[in-house]
Amino acid sequence: MGEPGFHRTEHVDWRTPRTGGMALLAAVVLVLPLALINNYWYEVAILVGINAIVCVGLNLLIGYAGQISLGHAGFFGLGAYGSAILTARYGWPPLAALAATTAGVALLALLVGRPILKLKGHYLAMATLGMGIIISIVVVTEDRLTGGPDGMSVPAFTLFGLGLAGERVWYWIVGAALLAAVWLALNLIESPAGRALRALHGSEVGAQVSGIDATRAKVAVFVISAVFASFAGSLSAHYSGFITPGKVGFFHSIELVTMVVFGGMASTFGAVIGAAALTLLPQLLTVLKEYEMVVFGAVMIATMVFLPRGFLPSLLIEIKKKGK
Amino acid sequence: MNPPQLRVTALSKAFGGVLAVDQVSFDLEAGKVNSIIGPNGAGKTTLLNLLTGVYAPSAGTVALDGADVTGLAPHRLAAQGMARTFQNLQLFFNMSAIENVMVGRHLRERAGWFAALVRSPRLTAGERESREEAARLMQFVGLGEYLDAQADAMPYGALKRLEIARALGGKPKLLLLDEPAAGLNQTETQAINALIMNLAKSGVTVVLVEHNMRLVMGVSDHIVVLDYGRKLCEGSAERVRNDPRVIEAYLGSAEPG
Amino acid sequence: MSAQLAQYLLSGLTVGAIYALVALGFAIIYNASHVINFAQGEFVMIGGMVSVSLANAGLPLPLAIPVAVLAAAAVGLALEKFAVEPARGASVVTLIIITIGASILLRGLATLVWDKNLHPLRPFSGDRPIELAGATILPQSLWVLGVTFAIVLLLGWFFGRTLTGKAMLATSYNPLAARLCGVNVRFVLLLSFGLSAALGAVAGILIAPITLTSWDVGVMLGLKGFAAAILGGLGSGAGAVAGGLLLGIAESLGAGYVSSAYKDAIAFVIILAVLFFMPSGLFGKKSAERV
Repeated sequence: MGEPGFHRTEHVDWRTPRTGGMALLAAVVLVLPLALINNYWYEVAILVGINAIVCVGLNLLIGYAGQISLGHAGFFGLGAYGSAILTARYGWPPLAALAATTAGVALLALLVGRPILKLKGHYLAMATLGMGIIISIVVVTEDRLTGGPDGMSVPAFTLFGLGLAGERVWYWIVGAALLAAVWLALNLIESPAGRALRALHGSEVGAQVSGIDATRAKVAVFVISAVFASFAGSLSAHYSGFITPGKVGFFHSIELVTMVVFGGMASTFGAVIGAAALTLLPQLLTVLKEYEMVVFGAVMIATMVFLPRGFLPSLLIEIKKKGK
Repeated sequence: MNPPQLRVTALSKAFGGVLAVDQVSFDLEAGKVNSIIGPNGAGKTTLLNLLTGVYAPSAGTVALDGADVTGLAPHRLAAQGMARTFQNLQLFFNMSAIENVMVGRHLRERAGWFAALVRSPRLTAGERESREEAARLMQFVGLGEYLDAQADAMPYGALKRLEIARALGGKPKLLLLDEPAAGLNQTETQAINALIMNLAKSGVTVVLVEHNMRLVMGVSDHIVVLDYGRKLCEGSAERVRNDPRVIEAYLGSAEPG
Repeated sequence: MSAQLAQYLLSGLTVGAIYALVALGFAIIYNASHVINFAQGEFVMIGGMVSVSLANAGLPLPLAIPVAVLAAAAVGLALEKFAVEPARGASVVTLIIITIGASILLRGLATLVWDKNLHPLRPFSGDRPIELAGATILPQSLWVLGVTFAIVLLLGWFFGRTLTGKAMLATSYNPLAARLCGVNVRFVLLLSFGLSAALGAVAGILIAPITLTSWDVGVMLGLKGFAAAILGGLGSGAGAVAGGLLLGIAESLGAGYVSSAYKDAIAFVIILAVLFFMPSGLFGKKSAERV
């Protein structure tokens, strides 16, 4: 009973991820501000939300479709810098810039996705790595456009002349965006297209003889995950009012993958939890300023060694065991 | 005589210096049960992989109902009405049994990405239909008790039938089974035997790659024998069973029967 | 040959030799365990930083260098024992994260043990440039090329002629069969990590006098060494060397004739090109999946 995705009838089952989990997430988003005592914690929450949006998309690629990307910070960065450059340098209205940037990144992902996703395993990892690094190098080098290593400032997001700025406003924007992202992802997973993706992960040749065009499906989910990342990047740029190349590089790509894996692959809510956990961790570690990298690296290793299936699935397994 | 549904002409496959399939030609009629047999290493599975697009041929052609399908990728062949199972089960163990069968219906579902993201009502209705059809297929192959099961919790014999159910999802005209009886006991093999007869009766052309001679002889209308990658002979079960070349290939001597 | 071209080629060969050593480290570990060791670059860093520390502490170079190499080898063994071995049989993604986590951990430790500054190492035999084919070359570059050449020969002898080396090769082709023949696969794995770490450390020590060393010098070197390994064909020793040299030269020529701002991007553009058109690299084996 309550098996994910198993709808015997059209009766709404509150225990399936789509309804039960969404309700829980919405409740958390609504209630959380009561716990956010100052601007700093609002900022952390917004950062968690932004990372979570990227991770939900990336999880579709890594967890469900069984692929890998070590370059998704590149898409995030393109979203951020795209919105920034169009609004700051060319005076575009932010909404138009957001739309154009998202469309542009989708197109880029479509173009590079095809040759990249014909690769598998380590080769795919390296290709996405290369793609991400090339993007970050371009961002740093084209400094007249991007401000180079020092970054650039981003105008506030305006909607119909109304400026959207400040922690509280952005909390609700990011919260709504996150709920929308999760809703879209869950819809996809429980659809024929989503089934095709999971089939690919289960057995690529088995999926192919069932009529699934493997490359086309992989490219589609790659584009979707790139769009999620780009959208989050645009939001991040307007929220911060300033962007630097730091968020475009290899390290951030790895952070994102670690969040997805930590949260539990093939679990949309796991991706959200992973994003939360690994966004909060560095904040907590600032106490141990110089030890931050050591602890972060150790956490990465320990998680993969002891909880290879990720935090959430391992937790669920433990709960099921205790319940017996 | 009807034109052949499957026409294979001088099909060859070389792996480096090894010629795994060497100039094999044969015709298969629609609606019949055909078997491809031969000693170990004869090239049966390679031939099957060539026919189903898993390998690209080094030479030769394959035509399905007159259309040239040589070298097409597996998903394109599926669209042409070809389906197959695998010797070492290529099922989706990360999904439930019924979802496995639903994937077989992929080409008949409207699997649009945008509709999937927003979950249109048409998609929801289609999902229900897909699930019902998948349940029907599972009943057809005798897996009624596994409707709610996870694929990774099913016994081996059931899994072999699950793969057949998945293959049937696309309503194929040609079904290729790679060693469907491998690893099965007597009872399970008889069940497969009955299933194959049912399939042929419903109009599906079946191609069987098998080692189990009792199954092959009992169920086949037409047999193609391979040895060292070449076609040794073809014909009815009676003809093949008594062909001295076939006997020699299997037993290594010229003694009859 | 124009003097400028000769200059580019020589500096390209020098840095290419370093890439080759790093790539060999990748190849050895990959062959033994099918793990891509993203911490490979950190061995380069350890080699350089430890030798700088020891030299500054008064130890003469001929002593500091072997100690630094051994220190890196020890770290390599620890990496295998505590991070890789506990995760035997894990998925590609998991192992990638583990070695990247190790890389971050090692860099974090480096900032604690040392600092975030650049450090020079004394050149082995002075720094008066030598004239060669119209170009100038540092004596240290000759050390780089010479030592790399010697190491490549040594490794060729090791893998081709010694029992241990052949055991390692056997393990890379078929671990189970090797184990059944009496090869201690666990020992081979440890040895491969130790050997790769040593190679990385030598690279780091050789290049430190020219490019200076610091806590994060391993990141780019590791990635480019990995790129070289893929260019040459993952798992192929000859490929690693060829890939490294080619990459170094391509970078140098690209920076000189096309754009020096995008020098770092050249390696990754080459990698994408190789992966798109020739995934098994120059010397790699093509494989077909059995179904």
